[in-house]
Amino acid sequence: MSTSDTTLTLGVDLGSTAIKAVLLADGTTVRARRCVPTGYNARQSAEQLVSHLLAEAGVDAGDVACTVATGYGRLYYEAADREVSEITCHARGARFLVPEARTVIDIGGQDSKVIGIADTGRVFDFAMNDKCAAGTGRFLEVMSRALHVPIEQFGELAGASTKQVPISTTCTVFAESEVVGLVARGEALPDIVAAIHRSIASRVATLVKRVGVTVPLIATGGVARNPAAIAALSAELDHPVNVAPTPEYAGALGAARVAAEST
Amino acid sequence: MNRAESSTTAERDRRSPRYVRLKSTAQLHKLMTRYYAYARYMPRLGKKIAWITSGGPVEPLYAAGIIPVYPENHGAICGASRMGPKLAEQAEAMGYSRDVCSYARCDIACAINGGGPIGGLPRPDLLVCCNNICGTVTKWYEVLARHFKVPMVLIDTPYLHDGELTDHALRYVRAQFDDLIVAIENVTRRSFSERRLQKRARLSIECIEAWKRVLGYCEHRPSPISCFDAFAHMFPIVTLRGTKWAIRYYRQLEAEIARRVEDGFGAVPEERYRLLWDNIPIWYDIRGLFKQLAARGACLVADTYTNAWTMDRLDQERTLDSMADVYTSIFLNIGIRRRFEQTAKLARRFNVDGVLIHSNRSCKPYSFGQLDIQRWIRQELGIPALLIEADMTDSRSYSREQVKARLDAFLETLEASA
Repeated sequence: MSTSDTTLTLGVDLGSTAIKAVLLADGTTVRARRCVPTGYNARQSAEQLVSHLLAEAGVDAGDVACTVATGYGRLYYEAADREVSEITCHARGARFLVPEARTVIDIGGQDSKVIGIADTGRVFDFAMNDKCAAGTGRFLEVMSRALHVPIEQFGELAGASTKQVPISTTCTVFAESEVVGLVARGEALPDIVAAIHRSIASRVATLVKRVGVTVPLIATGGVARNPAAIAALSAELDHPVNVAPTPEYAGALGAARVAAEST
Repeated sequence: MNRAESSTTAERDRRSPRYVRLKSTAQLHKLMTRYYAYARYMPRLGKKIAWITSGGPVEPLYAAGIIPVYPENHGAICGASRMGPKLAEQAEAMGYSRDVCSYARCDIACAINGGGPIGGLPRPDLLVCCNNICGTVTKWYEVLARHFKVPMVLIDTPYLHDGELTDHALRYVRAQFDDLIVAIENVTRRSFSERRLQKRARLSIECIEAWKRVLGYCEHRPSPISCFDAFAHMFPIVTLRGTKWAIRYYRQLEAEIARRVEDGFGAVPEERYRLLWDNIPIWYDIRGLFKQLAARGACLVADTYTNAWTMDRLDQERTLDSMADVYTSIFLNIGIRRRFEQTAKLARRFNVDGVLIHSNRSCKPYSFGQLDIQRWIRQELGIPALLIEADMTDSRSYSREQVKARLDAFLETLEASA
């Protein structure tokens, strides 16, 4: 399938929750993309993911001109030609998906980051959550477990909320006890779920304000798929937050773009 | 695409620059050992020991023949020898909160339980606490005073919100120096000699000048030393200020650094970015940070911490009056706008491309206002500033991987804008 005049590059984003890979042709067309849970051995998962991806696209590993790894596990993926930080990759990926993006809000598994992009496309500033899982996907996962509600149903449930209940603590562990307390008090599930999303939104909004609210605001990362989180964030920031297409692939896509630029 | 970004992991590992120690370091270690041995054995010959805060007026102690010992320097040694968490836990078991400064926790643990990297500090006869660096020291020294049953002198320096030292504040601090002198006389049972104080002030001034010259070498491109060297070699300016030991040592160090400049030697091979550091170092990960920065050609050329000991208004003739001024006007006792102005001055003088701000869980007065300072740096100096969270001694409050990720991203941003 790959023709000799096409340059193929690969971006692999080894995140804390999932590993994403994107195969890009000539730096412009997504040839294939794939995603797996990170599991306990990120390196092995990444290697399997990439071999499946290449097989699916009918491409030999030797045809890939350059591979760039990003994300927390980037140092462990030895097949990469280079490793580049998530900030650079998410910025590139988001700009590729939404060329006019000025502020990228990435809510990942264990960190959230906000990247300010100048109109030239250059990253001028960024902020990341402090060493704490509040305001990240992990927070939602923990709450999903505490409430015995699959995370995929969160968005819909939160939409049915009719009453504001507060979650005052930002600590994920303490918030879990607080949520258990809310359940015991008989608060309705949709109201609790909505409160969880407001909590995450207020944390992320602080980061956005630190960098500066410059529209358009573009959300990437797995949590961007959750409409309740995006709605809560838009409300908190008083500005619409747009979700990038295939938001969870923004980092891997950016990595593949960086790879394409260097070939 | 630049070079650092376009290298493979393996290549980078191979290239990972080695930290080249200054040869004087061996002499420094001898000096430290000699000082602590001296402090440990001289009490047997009747010498008195005083524990003093890092920003405290030490000259009167040396003038009276009292050996000053610095619990904060001891805290740094605990951190650098990676004993921080263990000692901190001992203090926590006694009931001290984890929110208390980790120097205080380490020092209190060593004072009460003994032990620590250098086997604890010699027992004090007097405690001199100056709150120009923080409020914690007051309570910390009260704990020590109760434990050792020795007198404590508190020198209270009013916080200079707008940076201006008023006449009444000056007189207030100056009057407390008289109390300090009385306390010193009570401990030594000898009358205090103003002449000796002047002599010590002269040595202090000489030492400060030498230290300024050492730090000043970082103006060179490439910088012959980095802040990591400054951190390692700040021991004499803090603890031996006012002695000939310190002056002799810094003369030797200066000569070595001057040779590096002549040879065109850079602390970081292929220096590409010059950065400024704010706050106390992360003592237990100095080497890791050096390597990560050096791998991308980034060198720390200035910092607000070691520059805190470059106070320039000490006057040998009006010793006590000038001391009241100098010790009240230090970096941690002025409003954040003034702190920013001093940081900006350093940034311009040393020609820095970016600023690393350590938000230090232990040191509240140093860490508050950093978001404002970060914003001003960006807006008024037009250079990026990164805030990293850690603790100077307690590595339990440090997430290496997260800091690494932020630092990498920061350096990539610098590269992209170069």
